[in-house]
Amino acid sequence: MLVIKDLHANIEGKEILKGINLTVRPGEVHAIMGPNGSGKSTLSSVLAGNPAFTVTGGSVEFYGKDLLAMAPEDRSHEGLFLSFQYPVEIPGVSMVNFMHAAINAKRKYFGQEPISASEFLKMKREKSALVQLDNKLASRSVNEGFSGGEKKRNEIYQMAMLEPRLSILDETDSGLDIDALRIVSEGVNKLKSANNATIVITHYQRLLDYIKPDFVHVLYKGRIVMSAGPELALELEEKGYDWIKQQVDNE
Amino acid sequence: MNALRQYIDLYKSNRQAIEAHAPAAMNALRAEALEVLEQTHLPRRGEENYEVSDIDEMYAPDYGVNVNRVELSADAAEAFRCDVPNMSTWMYFFFNDVFRASRKSPSLPSNVVVEPFSEAAKNHPELLSRYLGSVAPHSDARVALNTLLGQDGLLVYVPKNVVLERPIQLVNIMNAGGPIMAVRRLLVVIGENAQAQMLVCDHTQNLEHQFLVNQVVEIVAEANAHFDYYDIEESTEKTSRTTSHYVKQAAGSNVLINGITLTNGVTRNDYVVSVDGEGAETQLYGMAIEGGTQRIDNYTHISHNVGHCKSNELFKYVLDDQSVGGFTGRILVAEGANKIEAYQSNRNVVATDTAKVHTKPQLEIYCDDVKCSHGTAIGQLDQDAIFYMQARGITKEEARTMLMQAFMSDVIDTVRMESLKNRLQRLVEKRFCGQLHQCVDCSNSCRDVVMGDK
Repeated sequence: MLVIKDLHANIEGKEILKGINLTVRPGEVHAIMGPNGSGKSTLSSVLAGNPAFTVTGGSVEFYGKDLLAMAPEDRSHEGLFLSFQYPVEIPGVSMVNFMHAAINAKRKYFGQEPISASEFLKMKREKSALVQLDNKLASRSVNEGFSGGEKKRNEIYQMAMLEPRLSILDETDSGLDIDALRIVSEGVNKLKSANNATIVITHYQRLLDYIKPDFVHVLYKGRIVMSAGPELALELEEKGYDWIKQQVDNE
Repeated sequence: MNALRQYIDLYKSNRQAIEAHAPAAMNALRAEALEVLEQTHLPRRGEENYEVSDIDEMYAPDYGVNVNRVELSADAAEAFRCDVPNMSTWMYFFFNDVFRASRKSPSLPSNVVVEPFSEAAKNHPELLSRYLGSVAPHSDARVALNTLLGQDGLLVYVPKNVVLERPIQLVNIMNAGGPIMAVRRLLVVIGENAQAQMLVCDHTQNLEHQFLVNQVVEIVAEANAHFDYYDIEESTEKTSRTTSHYVKQAAGSNVLINGITLTNGVTRNDYVVSVDGEGAETQLYGMAIEGGTQRIDNYTHISHNVGHCKSNELFKYVLDDQSVGGFTGRILVAEGANKIEAYQSNRNVVATDTAKVHTKPQLEIYCDDVKCSHGTAIGQLDQDAIFYMQARGITKEEARTMLMQAFMSDVIDTVRMESLKNRLQRLVEKRFCGQLHQCVDCSNSCRDVVMGDK
């Protein structure tokens, strides 16, 4: 579904991604790990279409379409979902209006009628139960005054509502206590199917105890320098990144 | 150049006609107004408190005045299809500056007076002679000009202890076959312990001609009176308007004014509030959504002359394209007026590189024991929020609209009429979507209004 070839990107003239290659197929879970500043969040931002970053080379195909040519909203409609590391607060826009607008934008993209009020309510109830999201949050402004855990659960709730084909979880574990981590992970696992895929970006093995990856990649200095099975995450937990850094730096 | 000259000349050569079609209480004030106008000029850009507006320039075109009160052929019932809130009101019209009542309005409670000056002069001459011109001073040249040329107005009088169960609605419609000036006056007196709400909607139903509106609003709130005044402008880019609001508040009174500019050409609103009794509360709000070459300029001046009063001011603008916004806010706390709480805030979103805003919040305090604040902010829409919304599939345009609407939500929330609040939310949304241009394009079916006798 996703084929990234030799992707280069920079921000304000500074090159962050220096040739990323990655292929993701339906049903797979990929973990991307790596030390701070290696380009993990940049990769997720570039895939989602954040205008702060400039792609300078390479290609990204998503179900055969040129992802990089699409507006961020169209990437979402096509089934790409980014769970933000730092979900944005939007004062004055209620969660329910926000989600309603998002759902209807997608339906419009596919030439469908706007969702009915009852259908929307039913969907909202089901999906918020999935991550045990308090119903009271629906009438509040998007992420405003939400706790760290509520913000992350809210991300997974939005993911459940939008039913993406590819979800990128950017450090969804940061700022979560152990209970929130379990709730968020269970939510993600329940949404998993043979038809969708997940890219989990994380510093720590901890999250991967809950969301089991099929592949683990190490991103360092803007490139994927090592790919292996889930055992790599355990090895990294034990040995840290220094041995990989040395290996790469000596090349 | 002095734009006043042409209006003084117009008065002198049409004096008989003007006075013949106006009540004595209005004619009695003209000599003083003329004397003032002979020796002054309308404010020009660059003078203090006129950083944005050039009143002289606004009045400079050769606008005609309907001195002979010619009935305009436009059928107001046909023409009035504007998007006014769908609620039950006592409804009245000014067609340009000629008064008309709506036949459909239910009858008013006894002793409540809502009448044009021409009728009030016969039925309640004592009210006109007592209150007309008692709040708005002729030292303001626009007020003096209004007095000089005005031929009618609307008197709203709610006597002591009367609580009106529904709002009074005044719909002002501009439409004529040539460039004209409408001279309108509104006099509102809310008696002791009385309560009322009023909604004024300004519309222009003609895209072809330039119009000028000179409005003076005098509000007297007696002790413990409650009064809400909502003013919504939906005119055209060729409509210029100056509205001078003068308010006098007695002890314990509570006055809320919300001025909403949805579409317009060039607008200058003045709000001058004199708080003369303890325990009074003043809420002054405003918002404007400007695009193209539209201009909005609000001037506010609250004088806290006595202690133990509260005032709260919030004005918000969204300025797109090459539009220009101005805000001058002044709060004066007089000597000895202790225990005043006065807050003032002006916040603006400037959406393009070519839109401009001038803002000048001022506090002038002559005593120590007060709580006052003022502040202003000018910014752009939050780019992170726009990307976040896009990432959820909301288009950039819609995201911008939602954010601009969210920005206005706290001004809309101050509205104390639920139906109007809901309607405003929709109007603002439509305005941001570019669906609200002029009344003539409006496809909303509003109230079925049947006009009074012609």
